[in-house]
Formats: sequence, structure tokens, C-alpha cells
Amino acid sequence: MSKPLLTISNLSAVSRRDNKPILRDVSLTLDNGRIQGLVGESGAGKSTISKAILGILASSVTVTGGSVLLDGHDLINMPEREKRRFVGSQIALIPQDPLTALNPGRKIGDQLTDGLKMWKGLSGKAAAARGLELLDQVAIRDPKRVMESFPHQLSGGMRQRVLIASAFALQPRLLIADEPTTALDVTVQKQVLKLLKTMQAEHGTAVLFVTHDLGVVAQLCDEVTLLFQGKVMEQGVAEQIFSAPRHAYTRALIAASPRYDNPSAGLHPIDDAVIAACRAEIASFDNQGARHG
Amino acid sequence: MADAVHMTNTAASAIPTKRAFGPTLRALLRDPKVIIGGGFILVLIVLAIFAPWIAPHDPLEQDLMLGLYPPAWMQGAEPGYWLGTDDLGRDVLSRFIFGTRIALTVAFASAIIAAVVGTLVGLLAGYFGGWVDAVVSRLIETWMAFPAVLLSILIVAILGSGVHSVIFAIAIIDWTRFARVVRAETQAQRNADYVTAGRVLGFNDFRILAGEILPNVLWTVLGLFTLELGLAVVIEAILSFVGLSVSSDTPTWGGMIAQGRTIIYQAWWVFALPLVGLFATVLAFNQLGEGLRRTLDPVMQR
Amino acid sequence: MISAILKRVSMGVITLLGVAIVVFILLRVAPGNPIAMMIGPGASESDILALKAKYGLDQSLPMQFWIWLTNFLQGDFGTSISRQVSVISLLAERLPATLELAIAALVIAVLLGGLMAVASTLLRKSWGASTLDGANSLLLTVPEFVWALAFVLLLGVAFPILPLSGRNDPAAGTVFVTNFYLIEALVTGRWGVAWDVFSHMLMPVFALALPLAAIIARVLKEALGEAMMQDYVVLARVKGMSERRLVLGEALRNAVGPTLALTGVQFTFLIGGTVIIEKIFSYPGLGNMAIDAVINRDFPLIQGLILMFGVLFILINLAVDLLVVALNPRLSRG
Repeated sequence: MSKPLLTISNLSAVSRRDNKPILRDVSLTLDNGRIQGLVGESGAGKSTISKAILGILASSVTVTGGSVLLDGHDLINMPEREKRRFVGSQIALIPQDPLTALNPGRKIGDQLTDGLKMWKGLSGKAAAARGLELLDQVAIRDPKRVMESFPHQLSGGMRQRVLIASAFALQPRLLIADEPTTALDVTVQKQVLKLLKTMQAEHGTAVLFVTHDLGVVAQLCDEVTLLFQGKVMEQGVAEQIFSAPRHAYTRALIAASPRYDNPSAGLHPIDDAVIAACRAEIASFDNQGARHG
Repeated sequence: MADAVHMTNTAASAIPTKRAFGPTLRALLRDPKVIIGGGFILVLIVLAIFAPWIAPHDPLEQDLMLGLYPPAWMQGAEPGYWLGTDDLGRDVLSRFIFGTRIALTVAFASAIIAAVVGTLVGLLAGYFGGWVDAVVSRLIETWMAFPAVLLSILIVAILGSGVHSVIFAIAIIDWTRFARVVRAETQAQRNADYVTAGRVLGFNDFRILAGEILPNVLWTVLGLFTLELGLAVVIEAILSFVGLSVSSDTPTWGGMIAQGRTIIYQAWWVFALPLVGLFATVLAFNQLGEGLRRTLDPVMQR
Repeated sequence: MISAILKRVSMGVITLLGVAIVVFILLRVAPGNPIAMMIGPGASESDILALKAKYGLDQSLPMQFWIWLTNFLQGDFGTSISRQVSVISLLAERLPATLELAIAALVIAVLLGGLMAVASTLLRKSWGASTLDGANSLLLTVPEFVWALAFVLLLGVAFPILPLSGRNDPAAGTVFVTNFYLIEALVTGRWGVAWDVFSHMLMPVFALALPLAAIIARVLKEALGEAMMQDYVVLARVKGMSERRLVLGEALRNAVGPTLALTGVQFTFLIGGTVIIEKIFSYPGLGNMAIDAVINRDFPLIQGLILMFGVLFILINLAVDLLVVALNPRLSRG
């Protein structure tokens, strides 16, 4: 059993403004080549974990404990310059909104080849050639024209493909996909997910798939980590979690999700009692911390 | 001049809500910039009003034996003439104090006229839109094609020198500043909920304009007004520097500066001191204005 | 694109017409004998009659305007009363001086303002930011008039390192072909002359530039701040770009357009400012001539000057509009 690629151990963080906990003792591991879903509602702490890995935590958030290791490298305490190089070449991000994630004032080609020029030392020409290849890989039909275009000239789906191409450009070890289909039409969503799976399989990249949509997780992910208010509620192999969920929250979440495989199952909103139980669990965790802290 | 800055701030806080008068006023009076700037202006106003009693000497009294004496902290100063004398032996301090009268009278009068006219026009253009707006916009554009200082000089030259011409000249070139900002804000507020509510209740246009939109716009106008005061003081100084303001007997800061320029090597204080006073006044108005804007913007978010 | 330009130009022409009408009315409405104002003392009877005929002074006001307008379109701006030469030759003679001043001031204002805004954005997480903000606030307060006078006092009198008047040292006896002294000196490689001209320009240029620089700095800083909060900057940061590259390479290009849109018009105020600045430094440009023209009641010259300024203002507004469109890929392409 090889060492996991990404190891998050007991990561805790609070908001600097009011000292409220954002992350509560979160642990997860991700092996090379695996796809893990990071699931939770808004405010569960998913984006905080992503930002901690990418090294772009807001100054209003303080890490109070734990570690984030990629291939053994400590991402939290890495010096700025080294972190930029490391994250820039080893980790990639597919952002949520393709509309705002591309610089409206720069050509697609320039944005696509940024990483190649910065970290692979490619010349402008070589980078451009590689860029064309990448656009081809994501099934963009007129790559030359797209390279010369500005973001506003492309459709939403095309922009997301460009972002996917850009993410895989440097053959990253880890890819963080931050709700990449939320801002897209349903029809486009399916295409994009398919593309993502294909690219991942080809490059063997490990993927942390951040989402609130269990349906997508079921389609795509090998493993799942479920978050509620910054605390891990359930974690494990996807199949197992879906077939035999242990935590009440997981059960409720599954029941609340639209089931594409069983349309007649109906929608069941999460029971207040379940939420209350989760809150109680969190409260007791916090109190424990307070007693020992 | 600070239009651009003002407009970025206005655009950023364009959440139309009605503001309560009482708490706003109290918040304003606690802001340090408002206190310092406003305090200085108050001192100037007092100086202007009570000039004959405060000034140690007659500003017009010439005494050639006392010419070119330096201010009190320098060697060779004449006691009783705190800021020195000019080449005709007139007391610089007294002339400066009397100069506040012209500076403030012109500033307030022209700023008020410009504000009233500009706000009115801006309200009408912003609210009714259509051809009214088109005509007003055209008018403003034409107006802004004139260099401000040149136009004011021209108007004073035509109307003849005197306080009234100066006030008119300044007001007539700067009303566009108010009109533009008020027009933009009125347009933004025109579609606000409370306006629609007013219409539903059957208020006529005038009532909505005067009763609903105007009170909200008024706070912005106030901020612009203090800016305008500072500008008016400067333009008056420029006019009197060029010799086109009030009659040459009356002491004005600009006049003192111009006169001081001719004797700058012998008596630099005649040039420098009114300049410092002018700068301090403009600074005070600006601080007041900034304090107003700073306090008013967060209040708007309520 | 072309149609937009044409539209703007035609609007500009209409505005110019409006300016001409206003000036015309102002001058005719002025109290006093228009003849006496347009002709020097000691004019003969035939001179007066000729003037009356030329300007149609015995005809109706609209007719007078029509005569004036047709003359104007033919390039006849009339003759200056105070200087006895054609107005248009005076304008042509003085325009280069003012243009050099204004453009130099613009360049300095943009550089200084840009530098302040970028520095402020790069330092925004440290103490440097509030110092810069304070400096900016101060700059914003002081108008050109006060700067000019302060420079006169400090750099001309107290520490006399810069010349107080004129465009160059009269004792040097330099000869110029064009009236663009600085440009000509630089182009012909006469560095000593160039420095002489430049040192005469330094104080008036900075007096004009500093207020504009302050505004540019404030507006650009806000625009940069906005841009830095955008998602594409987050993504660029993840790619590993340094803070400096983020500000200059990613944010700046999106901040310039909105800044230009808001501050472009301020350049016309700068040109307006040359009126008093040139006077203070006895700088022989349009502005200096303008004040003298007004004091001397030289109506043809006043008219010509105001129209000249009007044309400049309209051209500048047009240029700013075009630039804003050109800088925004969304507007300039598909």
C-alpha cells in the first residue's frame, strides 16, 4: 500500500473575527489517481479546505491545528515563494464559475499557457503549440481561433473546457474541482463531467471533487468525505456509503437528493431532528476541545 | 475636481434607503474630520463676522514708515504687527482677517446658488428623463466645454468687478457639478422601491421628487457642497489675484498674494501667509467634506 | 465603430456651435460701446465705418452671428485689437507652448498617479498603504493655483533652483524653427537647450499635474482593488503568480478602462488650469494670452481663444471615449 498523495490530519481553523470554528479536526486522505468527493452544504467548510490546500486562505481565517501534507510537503507552513512554485506546478484548480474565472482582458491562449511558461520553461511558441494540443484534448473544435479569442466570445461550456484544459496543462498530481458544474446548464453539465472523467483517467490525476450534489458524487467519485459545519460526519468508499450509510446525516442527505436511478423515490427534506442531532454532536466536540484546549 | 472620486463612492453605495435625520446628525458631529474641518471654518466665520473688533489694525491704514516689517517671530519685527506689514505699511494680519469676509461671503453665496440651481436641474433631468434629460445633458456638455477659470474671468470682466459679479461668475460655472451628480443619483433612486410605493399611493411627481427623492439626495449634495465651498474660495482667490475681483481697496487673499508677489524678495511673508491661510481653508473644507461622506456612506447601509 | 465616431464628432460640432453662440451673445451683451471695444483709440471715421460693415454691426443680432460664423468657417477669426495681428496667427503661435505644457503634465500625472495606485495596491496589507493614502488625500486637496504659488515661493525664491518665468533663458539667444521648443530641442539633439526649456517647464507642469495625479491614483486604486477581488485573480494566484504580476499583469488591464472613463474628463480641467498657471509663471501660451485678452477687452481674440479651448475639450472627450472602447475587448471585438 503506497503512501497517500494528500494527507489532511486533524485540521482545525477558526474565523479571526469572532473566533468561531470553521473547521473541526478534519482528516482525510487521497491516494494517487483516486477521485474523492468532498460533500457538504454551503458553509460546511469545503471551500476552506480547498483554500488551505491551495494556500490561499483568507487572512480572516487562522489555522489552529493539524496539517495538510502533499507528498509529504507541509502546505500550511511552506514559505511563500516555494509554495507558489509547488502549488503552481503540482496542484490545479477547476473553479466554479467559468464566466468570472477567466480574465476578460486577456486572450484565452495567453491564459492557457501561463503555467507552461512559468513552471515548465516553455517558450511562447512551444507553449502555444502545447496549448493547441490541450484544447484538442478537451474537444474544442477550432482551437486556433479559440486561442486568439477573448473569454466573452466563448460560450459557458467552452469556457469550462478551457479551464479544464488549463488545469491539466502541467500534469498536476492533485486537481481540486470546486463545484465545476454548478454554473452550467444541465445538458452541458453532463458533457463536462464526462470530459473530466476522461482527462482524469488519461493523466492519472488525483481529484478532490468539492460539491453539494450527491448525484454527481455517485457518478464520479471513488470515495467520499461528508462535512457538516466543519466536521467530518462520514467518510469512506463511495459505494459503501451510498449502499449502507452509517451516519444519520448521510442517510438524510441521500434521501433528500433526487434519485436519477429511482425517480419514484421522491424527495425528502432533511429532518430537523437530524440537524439537531448533528448540532449536538458538534457542540459536544467543541466543549471537549474547550475542556482540553 | 473631485467629482470622479465622489462618483465612484456614490456608485458604490447606491442602495436607496431613507436616512433618519437625527441619528445621522449625531454621527456626523462625532467624526474627527468633521470636527476639525468644521471647527476651522467656524473660526473663520467668527473672524469674518467680528473682523472690525478682532483685527488689531485698520486694514486700509497705510503708514509708509512701517513698511516691510517682518512677522513677530523674526528679527526686526514691529510690536503689534503680528504677521508683519506690506510695502505700504498695512498690517498683514488685519488684512488677512478682513480678507476672510470676501472669501467666505463669495464662497457660501456662490456655492448655495450653484447647489440650488444644479440640484433642481439634476432632479428634473434625472427624474423625468426623455427630452428634459436630453436638453439638460446637452446644456451641461456645452457648459463643460468652457474652461472654468477663463469663463469666470470673462463674466467678471463683462459685468464689471464687484462682489456680485464674482458670486454670479463662480455659481454659473459650477452648477454643472451638482447637476451631474444629482442627476445620476436621481436616476438611480427613481426606480427604488419606496418611489414605486409612493406612486402606488397616488403621490404626484412633485410630491415624490420633493418628499421622497430630494431628502435622500440631499445628503450627497451636502458632501458636494463643502467641496464646492473650497473650490469657490480658490476661484475667488484666483480672480482677485488677477485683479478682477472686488475693488482694489478691499483686502482679499488673492489680492494680497498678487501684491506679495511683487515684493516677494523683500517681504516674502506678505505672499506666503495668505497663501497658507488659503491652503488651510481649502484643506478644512475638504476634511469636512470627507468626514461627511465617510459618515454618510455607512449610514446609508441601514 | 465609425458611426459612433461620427456621432460623437457631430455632437461635438453642435456643442461647439453652442459655445460660439454663448460667447457671441456674452460679448455683444456686454455693456459699453461695441465699436469702441473693438477698435483702438485714434481710429479714423473710415476705419469705424469699415469695422461696422465688416461685422455688420448695424444689422440684426442673428445676422451679425451669421456674418461672424461664415467668416469663422473661412478661417477668418478676425484681428486682435490689442496686438493688431490676425487672431488665428496668434492662436497658432501660442498653441504649441500650451500643448507641450499640458501633455507633459498629463504624462507626469499618469505616471505618478499610476505609481501611487499600484504601490498602494501592492502594499495594501502593510503600513505603507495608510501613508500613501494620507499623501493622496493631501494631494487631492491642493488645487493647481496653490501648488504653483507654493513652488514659486519654495523653488523660485527661497531656494532659487528653478527659473520663475518664460519658456527659456532669453540671454541664451536660442533660435527655434517651430514653436514646440522642447520637442524641437530633443529631436535635434540640443540637450543643453532642451534642459533649459525643461527647467522652465518643471514648476508649471508639476503644478498642473499633481491634482490630476491624485485623482488618477484614487480612482485607479479603487479599480485595482475591485479587480483584485475577482475570481480570475484567485485562479492566477493558484497558478503561482507573484503579487506583483497579479497586480500588473492581471488586474491592471481591467482597471485602466474604468479609470480612464471616470478621469478622462479631468484632463480638460487641466487644460483649463493652464489659464492661471501660465499667468503665474509668465509662460507665453494660450492661457496667459487669454487673461490679457479679457482685461484688454480684445473681443475677437477672446472669441478665438474660447473656441480654441472648446475644440480642445471636445477633441479630448472624443479621444477618451475612443480609448475606453479600444481598451475593453468586450466593446472592441465581437
